[in-house]
Amino acid sequence: MTRHLKMDEPATNRLLDKLPSRLTGAPMDRPDGPLKVSGTATYAHEWQLDGKVFGVLARAPVSKGKLVRIDKSAIENLPGVLGVFSEERFLRNPAQGMANEAPEQGVSEISYFGQPIALVVAETFEQARHGAHRLELVCEAASDGVFDPEANNIAPEKPEDDQLDQGDLDKAMAEAAYTVDSTYRTPSHNSAAMEPHCAIASWEGDQLTLYASYQMIKFNVNELADSVGIEPEKVRIVSPYVGGGFGSKLGIAPEAVSAAIAAKELGRPVCVTLTRQQVFENVMRRSESRQRLRLAADKDGKLTGLGHECRVSNLPGESFHEPVLQATHFIYGGDNRRLGMEVARLNRMCAGSVRAPGEAIGMQVLENAMDELAHTSGIDPVELRKRNIPDAHPEEGTPYSSRPFAEALDEGAKRFGWNKRNPKPGQQREGEWLIGMGMAAAARVNILMESKARVILKEDGKAIVETDMTDIGTGTYAILTQVCADMLGLEPENIETRLGDSNFPKASGSGGSFGAASSGSSVYLACLDIRAELARRLGCEESELQLDSGQARGGSKSGSLTGLLAGEAIEAEGHIEPGETKEKVKQATYGSYFAEVAVNAVTGETRVRRMLGVFGAGRILNRKTATSQCYGGMTWGIGMALHEAMEFDMRDGHVVNNDLAEYHIPVNLDVPQLDVVLLEERDDWASPIQAKGLGELGLCGAGAAITNAIFNATGVRVYDYPATLDKILDGLPELDMV
Amino acid sequence: MKDTTLRINGEERKLSADTRTTLLDALRNHLGLTGSKKGCDHGQCGACTVMVNGRRINSCLTLACMHDGDEITTVEGLGQPGNLSPLQAAFVKHDGFQCGYCTPGQICSATAMLQEVKDNWPSNVSESLTGEAELTPEEISERMSGNLCRCAAYPNIVNAIREAAEASS
Repeated sequence: MTRHLKMDEPATNRLLDKLPSRLTGAPMDRPDGPLKVSGTATYAHEWQLDGKVFGVLARAPVSKGKLVRIDKSAIENLPGVLGVFSEERFLRNPAQGMANEAPEQGVSEISYFGQPIALVVAETFEQARHGAHRLELVCEAASDGVFDPEANNIAPEKPEDDQLDQGDLDKAMAEAAYTVDSTYRTPSHNSAAMEPHCAIASWEGDQLTLYASYQMIKFNVNELADSVGIEPEKVRIVSPYVGGGFGSKLGIAPEAVSAAIAAKELGRPVCVTLTRQQVFENVMRRSESRQRLRLAADKDGKLTGLGHECRVSNLPGESFHEPVLQATHFIYGGDNRRLGMEVARLNRMCAGSVRAPGEAIGMQVLENAMDELAHTSGIDPVELRKRNIPDAHPEEGTPYSSRPFAEALDEGAKRFGWNKRNPKPGQQREGEWLIGMGMAAAARVNILMESKARVILKEDGKAIVETDMTDIGTGTYAILTQVCADMLGLEPENIETRLGDSNFPKASGSGGSFGAASSGSSVYLACLDIRAELARRLGCEESELQLDSGQARGGSKSGSLTGLLAGEAIEAEGHIEPGETKEKVKQATYGSYFAEVAVNAVTGETRVRRMLGVFGAGRILNRKTATSQCYGGMTWGIGMALHEAMEFDMRDGHVVNNDLAEYHIPVNLDVPQLDVVLLEERDDWASPIQAKGLGELGLCGAGAAITNAIFNATGVRVYDYPATLDKILDGLPELDMV
Repeated sequence: MKDTTLRINGEERKLSADTRTTLLDALRNHLGLTGSKKGCDHGQCGACTVMVNGRRINSCLTLACMHDGDEITTVEGLGQPGNLSPLQAAFVKHDGFQCGYCTPGQICSATAMLQEVKDNWPSNVSESLTGEAELTPEEISERMSGNLCRCAAYPNIVNAIREAAEASS
């Protein structure tokens, strides 16, 4: 049995609000929690396979050039070394998200410093590591590498589908009562998931099984098969626990393909784990950006013009560019608009999706510019944003689906005590600390993806959910269990949710915040089909059926679930597909951030004292895990505002700070007790469960609330992220230190 | 190769391994104890935190062969599903993790940290170096700042630790 739904019409029935069991949305503990806190959840590196050996990658010592030869003489006699593998099927860099085919491959052409060239395999990890260090890669360096995204000699590409010229922005700027024209810069970021990429490849004949850490299994199967040169039917990927993704594990990566090639040759399972330094240099970075923002407003602060032009970068041949302008298109009005995108081709490591690609830095900077406009015009920042909420999409004219944007702004202002803020910068001081408040809006596109799941209602009245969907910490095990529990009237303890195995029905995967709504909808649909069959057996209309605690009722009929099953399981597959609702309305998620910072008047150090996020993302599927996702996003905002930056050596493009000591992600003491408010919302246009994406909304502007608060505290506007001490010190007001 | 005898979670375990084998890799690759995680292999992230003779250390920064006769406690020794330690249970209740990869290190670290506070060890944010150590949220955050969490469950980690500490006092 299969229940298929193409999302062509809004789903107004809202069945999940009518069921006797109302677990969906409740703050249920994660079913996978006890395994994770006891160290018994199995991550990629931890599969115990007989005869497993270890591989370590050796990498290019030049940033552009050719591999001349590999000198193995130094390692041939090292104990334990089983082989050195290097060939043109090796990946230059990981596949971009949803590539569904091999990324750029090859070792003979070197495009960036640290490109994987060879794999040394040995009996033990220590032997393989030693071998990889001793292996000599003889390379010929080219002299025409390009490392600076703003170098004069760069002729950037201008992707056609990412340019907009509407009305006359120059005229609007000339005639405006208030204007802003500012250029901001944001650095590259690294996902820095705690679990380094790892894959164990194991062959049985021509069948390859990969135990790995990936976000999007159905795409990864095709990418791996295409890279290795075998049929996708011969590939199985197992990835039930993923130690963080944030975009870095969207596409098949060098460890998987090199492990597969070596394992085939050696006839033994090969485990390849990236070192932390390799994660920094070989996986994906968020592109740095230069963003010019132009705002033109009338005397009431209403936008008449909006310009957002940016430059990002990537390696030659990569189709991805950071979609910086994504939310700028729809969040605010303004008839005269110019949005532009330039891509510089550099010999720096690959750029790709890092959590909330686009909005993470696009909204951050747009919301700084809005703060500038508020300051210039003397209009309260919350009020200014509310005045610029458009009635319809300012470029396409389409209506919006559910959009609690103004509500998020008002609710946040009220809860945070925004009315206590002095709009004049540099007015509040406590000892050596300058105190300020800032706010920003949140916005992120909403996406629904094709997704399938199987639900088996077993003869004993317990259920199994199976889908190749992943749980990268997002709470998939919890929310799929909750949807199934409500739909079938079961206790969550009686549901087993199995994820991350390509033998299961093909899901959306985790990415772009679409995983929960997409995979949740597929489970919902499978359960609908089971409900229909149970209603038929009971002899009632499907709409009358009530399932609760193992009992079925409908019309005048009732019976036990196990009685209706009569010793046989019912199995159904749910299949959701995006449809016309994505064209008929503009779907997005919205919110607001409010932050209070203390900036040290002597050192320029910023501490975030408190921070609030108010978010609307349709139906919330689990308030506990959803809140945690928002904590995570807002903390990324703190990192992006204050200390995260990948530093590249302009002489050869290598990553200077390639580890967790030098790339500063927020630590516990950097993060205060955060407040998160999740608005009660249903978006019928988004999915049959009225849910939208939430995983990235927490950082789509969050950093701006902090830098706007720094401005309020000190009068210093930081145009070059992150807002480290050196960028604040010079602008601090003269203090009379008593 | 060197033979080493370790007492892990109360059990004597014999190891015969390359002298370059870290305590972390001994646990994960040789002894089947994969609860302790490798996040950086350089003592920068804390995912590999275990207790050696009651003190928390980064097990990636020490060689297994240096620990002959030492008492080692890993996350597996603190509690298992169905019989979780109060801290482990509090982490589940407060959602003190998301992906779960840093979690065993967080929990081992917190277990030892609570003892450090009981023993009145000061921290960088303590008012006094010699007085009684207090378990304020700021103290917890400071003392747990060697354990990185990219999912950023920090507020929940602090609340879980507070609750477990209050329950035990």
